[in-house]
Amino acid sequence: MDSIWFTIIAGMLAGYAVLDGFDFGVGIIYRIVARTDAERRDALAAIGPVWDGNEVWLIAAGGVLFVAFPKVYATAFSGFYMALNIVLWLLILRGLAIEFRLHQENPLWREFWDTVFSLASASLAIVFGATMGNLIRGVPLKERGLSGMALFTNFLPGRDAGILDWYTCLVGLLTLVALAGHGAFYLAWRTEGAVRDRSLALARPAWMATILLWAAATAATAWIQPSVFSNIASRPWCLGFVGLSIAGAWGVFAFPKRGRDLAAFLSSSAFLFGAVATALAGNYPFWLRSTLDPGLSLTASNSISETQGMKIALVWWSIGMVLVCGYYTYLFRSMRGKVSANSGDGY
Amino acid sequence: MSDGLVWHRIQFAFTITYHYLFPQLTMGLALFLVIFKAMAIRKGDESYNETARFWGRIFALNFAMGVVTGIPMEFQFGTNWSRFSKYSGEVVGQALAMEGVFAFFLESTFLGLFLFGERRLGPIRHLAVTIALAAGSWLSGYFIIVSNAFMQHPVGYRLGEDGVLHLESFTAFMLNPWALWQFAHNMMASLVTSSFVVTAVGAYWALLGKHLRHAKMCMTSGVIVGLLSSILVAFPTGDGAGKMVTRHQPVTLAAMEGLFEGGPYAELAIIGQPDVAGRRLQNPIVVPGILSFLAYGSFGSTVHGLNDFPREEWPHNIELLYYSYHIMAGLGTIFILVMGVAAVFLARGRLLAARPLLWILLLAFPFPYIATTAGWWTAELGRQPWVIHGLMRTDQSHSDLVNTGDVVFTLLGFAGMYLLLSMLFVVQVLRQIDRGPVAAH
Repeated sequence: MDSIWFTIIAGMLAGYAVLDGFDFGVGIIYRIVARTDAERRDALAAIGPVWDGNEVWLIAAGGVLFVAFPKVYATAFSGFYMALNIVLWLLILRGLAIEFRLHQENPLWREFWDTVFSLASASLAIVFGATMGNLIRGVPLKERGLSGMALFTNFLPGRDAGILDWYTCLVGLLTLVALAGHGAFYLAWRTEGAVRDRSLALARPAWMATILLWAAATAATAWIQPSVFSNIASRPWCLGFVGLSIAGAWGVFAFPKRGRDLAAFLSSSAFLFGAVATALAGNYPFWLRSTLDPGLSLTASNSISETQGMKIALVWWSIGMVLVCGYYTYLFRSMRGKVSANSGDGY
Repeated sequence: MSDGLVWHRIQFAFTITYHYLFPQLTMGLALFLVIFKAMAIRKGDESYNETARFWGRIFALNFAMGVVTGIPMEFQFGTNWSRFSKYSGEVVGQALAMEGVFAFFLESTFLGLFLFGERRLGPIRHLAVTIALAAGSWLSGYFIIVSNAFMQHPVGYRLGEDGVLHLESFTAFMLNPWALWQFAHNMMASLVTSSFVVTAVGAYWALLGKHLRHAKMCMTSGVIVGLLSSILVAFPTGDGAGKMVTRHQPVTLAAMEGLFEGGPYAELAIIGQPDVAGRRLQNPIVVPGILSFLAYGSFGSTVHGLNDFPREEWPHNIELLYYSYHIMAGLGTIFILVMGVAAVFLARGRLLAARPLLWILLLAFPFPYIATTAGWWTAELGRQPWVIHGLMRTDQSHSDLVNTGDVVFTLLGFAGMYLLLSMLFVVQVLRQIDRGPVAAH
């Protein structure tokens, strides 16, 4: 049961990275690739019908973590108290920026919320990346639990590390540029004209930076948490995720040249899914590694809920996911093709 | 309070009270969207679609506020109430996870289609999408109430040797009788709020003499749904929820009613100020026997008073609990009267001409928000000192490893941000109402 639920939550988080990832990506590059009000409304119409559903992957993954690994949920959420509250505030600002912008035509009003949308999206990308970095690096977990962690201390990934140190910042930065590139391909796929052209022009440098930072983060991980690599080596199926990332990394450069927007977007999706899945699979069975005493770490097997309840949850979860796939198929089919806010895709 | 309990409690009370201002409107408003969309198809009248689009914009603003202020609620189980989460996550988590998987996905994907897809979908499929949206929002209400009902009246669990709760019976947990009554009562209250809001906007347009066709649609449906839901929220749903309290939390009932000395022919306090130290109600206006009748169905039944229970079992804040309950019940009675009078005028076709009544209906809309908030405060204050009734005390449930300074910081942060957002939100809604249903967006 513990490995099944670890896999389920890891899969939901990787799915969240791909799906809400492109919303964040659109937010990050939005002010650069969409310049006039009409262009910005097109960009927002591209994510408008889907961003809210995409965000639910995070909420649902949180709920599933709560029921399957209550100890992890309680320890991690209270330990990352400040970071998570900042995430909440940024999610509030991101969501309301999209909604509030539409309701007034005043250009200053729109300029203000456009900036809020961009800054909140970029900050969220960094914080989520840094959170991932914390899971790999480990946290000062004691016998009693995890005391509320400082946001930063001396920026060194030692025993007294804060949530942000140079390693987790590096992962955060990698997330920022990767999502920028991912969002650019989504916009290229869903829009036409100047927004599409500028997105494609921006995608290439973003992906080159992503590959460089990916290499740097991989090297840093080898130094900070070498066990991730031995884990992957000892579980050959993990290489499937590595392969997915590499194939995606090839696609993000190969497809745009041929004008295949959807293939480029799917490639960046594959890259992101593969990268998050590799990191979580390499970290298995750890949820929270203790930097103080490895024996105090929270793993899938020492924090899983009782089997009886989790068997029931597996039944409803499976039914639920079939339904969700149905909703998503219907949503994307209904909204397929290029969007244009002026021809009634806005509201 | 160096361990921060009071700050955790204030933050949760503030953020949940604020959050629920939005879903209580959207859950009920979803039904009105279905009504207007269906009428547009049936009558072939485009004004109904204009009305639906207008309320769709109001819905979207409220929904966005509800979503963004709702995520902190889920997170706070872990950030602020980690000992509660560790202890009960295996059970309560079932409902919270199901809410995400079954309700939020349904609600949010179909909201996207509702708002952005009208042109692409056509009228029939757009109506179907609206129905799915309404179903998703009512479903989310059920799952969260199952979580709350477990805290009020825990069922379907087993306390393990490891000191945490395990799920014993999924069906008992999901079909908690407390949850069934509480859900029915809560959804009727949501319909009351949305009816009063829809009616108030109709009254506003009618008083100004503009958008009269749309004003009539809003007021007709608002008054009909408003009268039905105002009655149903009191009887049978409020009565049923009250009987749950009587049976499972008798000390809470005594505190809600301000009943210190129990016995047969127990009196119902209409007005009066509880003097907890003196164990009496000051300046009381009471009706003998009614409380016995409401609680047990006969005037002679014995109702236990607070004096029958040890002091440490009493809810912490009897004064606030007593007033919350009386505000809810008192306003609920007034709602039936207001909607009843409006329904008589509506039936005679004179509603749009009755200016004093239109003024009352316009100014009445804040009161269902107050009544609903007071109702939830009654439920939450009444459960104290327990976070899970009879199993876990509130002062054992907060995150004891989080620095109090961090909690005060986030409380101030939420307070500041929510204050600012409230102002911006109100400005948006007022502008939409002033623009009305026909103006292009």
